[in-house]
Amino acid sequence: MGRSGIFGAGLSKDNGIDMASGDKQSLGEMIRNSQIWKSIFRHPAPVDRRNRIVVVLTNFFLHLHPVSVKKQGIALSYTWCMGGVTFFLFLVETVTGVLLMFYYRPTLEWAYNDILSLRDVTSLGVLRELHRWGAHAMVITVWLHMYRVFLTGSYKPPREFNWVVGVILLLLTLLLSFTGYLLPWDQLAIWAITVGSNMARATPILGFEGPGQQLLTLGGIDMITSGSDARFGLLGERFVGEVTLNRFYVLHCIAIPLAATFLLAIHFWRIRKDGGISGPL
Amino acid sequence: MHGNEQVFIEGISPFLGGYYVALAAMNFVAGYWLWRCRKATLQAIFWFFVGLGYVGYLAPMALSADPHWVPSMPQVIRDTVNLALGGSTGAVVYSVGLLVLLVGLFLLRRFFVQGPVAWALLNLSLLALGLSMTDYNFYTIAAKPDNVPIVGLVFLLGFFTWLATARAVENDARTARGEAVLEYEEKETVLVWPDLVYTELICMIALTAFLLVWGIALQAPLEEPASSVKTPNPSKAPWYFLGLQEMLVYFDPWMAGVVMPSLIIVGLMAIPYLDFNPKGSGYFTIVERKFSYLTFQFGFLFLWVTLIVLGTFLRGPNWNIFGPYEFWDVHKVEALNNVDLSQYFWISGMNMALPKAPPGSGGFVQFLYILQREWLGIVMILAYLVLLPPLLATTVFRKFFLKMGFLRFMVMSNLLLIMMLLPIKMVLRWTVNLKYIISIPEYFLNF
Repeated sequence: MGRSGIFGAGLSKDNGIDMASGDKQSLGEMIRNSQIWKSIFRHPAPVDRRNRIVVVLTNFFLHLHPVSVKKQGIALSYTWCMGGVTFFLFLVETVTGVLLMFYYRPTLEWAYNDILSLRDVTSLGVLRELHRWGAHAMVITVWLHMYRVFLTGSYKPPREFNWVVGVILLLLTLLLSFTGYLLPWDQLAIWAITVGSNMARATPILGFEGPGQQLLTLGGIDMITSGSDARFGLLGERFVGEVTLNRFYVLHCIAIPLAATFLLAIHFWRIRKDGGISGPL
Repeated sequence: MHGNEQVFIEGISPFLGGYYVALAAMNFVAGYWLWRCRKATLQAIFWFFVGLGYVGYLAPMALSADPHWVPSMPQVIRDTVNLALGGSTGAVVYSVGLLVLLVGLFLLRRFFVQGPVAWALLNLSLLALGLSMTDYNFYTIAAKPDNVPIVGLVFLLGFFTWLATARAVENDARTARGEAVLEYEEKETVLVWPDLVYTELICMIALTAFLLVWGIALQAPLEEPASSVKTPNPSKAPWYFLGLQEMLVYFDPWMAGVVMPSLIIVGLMAIPYLDFNPKGSGYFTIVERKFSYLTFQFGFLFLWVTLIVLGTFLRGPNWNIFGPYEFWDVHKVEALNNVDLSQYFWISGMNMALPKAPPGSGGFVQFLYILQREWLGIVMILAYLVLLPPLLATTVFRKFFLKMGFLRFMVMSNLLLIMMLLPIKMVLRWTVNLKYIISIPEYFLNF
């Protein structure tokens, strides 16, 4: 596919290390041969086979990859690239989310106004659009990723457990989106969360309107009431209020992303350990 | 109303003009590609003319911003669709219609995966979307910012289902001829640098650009400030949970909101441990794993996605079903006279009153009376979940049972049966207005 033509353009033939004396150096070569550049990048420009292997092995960000992959396995019509796209969207959500956290205050007094000024006043308020559309897109790409994994039977041995990890990541993605839904504190937000969290009221045994709720009584006193059931645990109140906002904010910004990051690491590590990216084993 | 329509059409016409130009470009690219490949010159010319039709006729008409000229869906079609979907049998028409469509697509998959057929279907559906956009009621729902992703999801799922099916059909044909599947054909490995890292880089740049355009073009929704005393009608959960909210029509919250979602997650996790078929690992195929394929597609495309689409686009005030071109009238009346199984048995069948414990009786006596009242439903559910699996194991699923062993078979059959409860309950609701099979409001246990 014309690698050296497209990707190696402008590089010297000798691995970029020993720039021929006498030849005029291009600006790119001068930069690549400077002490600063060489101190940052531990290897010369990867234009030959050896260095292309070394660059993947020695680069912190690239070492997630193996050195070589099955050509078929990275064909777009086969993989759809949806797992990678989901991970990239996770990174987009993290970066835009951190930037939004500098601006947004999760209190009844400020939450709505902060979002309002992100829309109308603030420069780079488009960060909120990126964050929201990225979140919707991430839910969709997770589904498409799972769809492809199922349709190619890529959960079959030895990859069973990685599928399980993936299902938990799907759940975390939905919960991330669900907790984030509340933060703008508009009508759309609180009523979507109210409808969603009302379900918890009917949790068997643990919800105060759930079947078997009468089983947990102590000396004739109900232990499961509207002030102690599963829904209360989720909301921190009997209704969606300021405590809920704070609770969902912490879940959305800290707790769930941490759990997701942890599982992502396992998910990626297991891909390598279970025989590499999808394809016939 | 006429003045409003003028304003609405003027507002939407630039978008529609651009939309038709984009459709034209899509067909020009396809035509050019076919021409370049010298595979199908006639087809290339055909798609070129389709593109010309978009850019030469539909786009200028749309840009005219005159309600008489802007191309719209014919009123007859709109009325027919509204009548079919917006009536009291809307849910039946919608669900059965989609099931028939999906089954048809599956059975005739060899026909539908062909490039020209799929491309024509894509053109038709995009055209239908464009024509429908001039309908104010349709536009209000489809172009609601938070609903745009679902419109995208429908098209993406259509595209990827086509892609996967096309590859599976090709692979199955190869297997039938005794050849290796596509994925086995290519044995070559390539270096991650540059082949993979540059693909990743290009993906990231394209996606960033796409998100930026989306973010600038479409503002994220922000409604009025939250107010716990003003309940919007309808109140909807986030779109990805609308399938669960739709289940609330047929089940109580403890089933639809807690038990079913938990079992969906557990069931998904269990898939690799239940699917004992060693074939079809790492390549697209349908024939070699028909059972797991059909089960998954039934659960995902039919039960999950179509219910989300139904909940998003067709459920309006009071959770009534509305046609896509129908005005969301808060006062639309739909008669609900759903009946419990126990009422059917005692009142209609036995001509008696429901058994009721004498006032003042103790908890245990009340419990016995409830058992007497609901015995038929309890027996039916127990038979369904306890007797049916062994029956299946000895009849239709005999081979499965022998291969899977007792525990795995029981888990699989119970998960399947619980999944099938939803369509069964739907059919019972539509046909005999059944509300609950077991109805014990005393314990919040309605089933």
